[in-house]
Amino acid sequence: MTEQTTRLVLPSHIEAVGDAAAAVTDFVQSCGIDDEAAFAIVMAVREAVTNAMVHGNQEDETKSVEVIFNCADNVLEIEVRDQGEGFDPTGVPDPTDPANILKTSGRGIFLMRSFMDEVEWFARPEGGTTVRMVKKF
Amino acid sequence: MSELNIRERQAGDVTVLDMDGRITIGEGSVALRSAVRRLLEEGKKNILLNLAGVGYIDSSGIGELVSSYTAINKEGGQLKLLSLTQKLQDLLTITKLLTVFDAYDTEAEALSNFK
Repeated sequence: MTEQTTRLVLPSHIEAVGDAAAAVTDFVQSCGIDDEAAFAIVMAVREAVTNAMVHGNQEDETKSVEVIFNCADNVLEIEVRDQGEGFDPTGVPDPTDPANILKTSGRGIFLMRSFMDEVEWFARPEGGTTVRMVKKF
Repeated sequence: MSELNIRERQAGDVTVLDMDGRITIGEGSVALRSAVRRLLEEGKKNILLNLAGVGYIDSSGIGELVSSYTAINKEGGQLKLLSLTQKLQDLLTITKLLTVFDAYDTEAEALSNFK
């Protein structure tokens, strides 16, 4: 399969989460990914982009979120980059712990990790955070 | 078209909300929150959410289900879920929320389990 890449730059308002979801839906179809994996990937992208807009960029519309999709050799790699103040994933409590089960937020990262094969965060040298997610198909 | 359409009907003292669309951050989550809060203000505390038409939910939507559950319990009412799609059932399983929510496959069974 030939390598394919798509890059999006989105404003930091939550209506644009749907744009990212639509773009990744088209992209995974063009990569030949099956419906079940596609559902998982779209879910993870929605959560990652929401986090980048809401928690990373604090919904500051002067800041953008960049999303890069790449597929090659049955591996899909997605990066979501924000321009926020940084993020420490170790500080997020387990939402399935009985103490947290009735919390109304804090499940996004858990879902990303559940649906993707690899999820990792990097501080960007120019500021902001990149989350890199990988799904093998 | 709205992200989430909600139709309301009464089955005895249970209010059934038939939902169609997506419960995701923004419009969908807000629509669910508004509907449940309004019912509580009207004193309708036994609520059955029919999720048969909900094809997609995100962590914000899941959080809104939890928030609805907590708000209804606080008022002495009950929230139950009806007709979860397989994907929604999978999501509630991995988040361990199926241990919290009462979920049913048929409306008759759900209605008979309201006290």
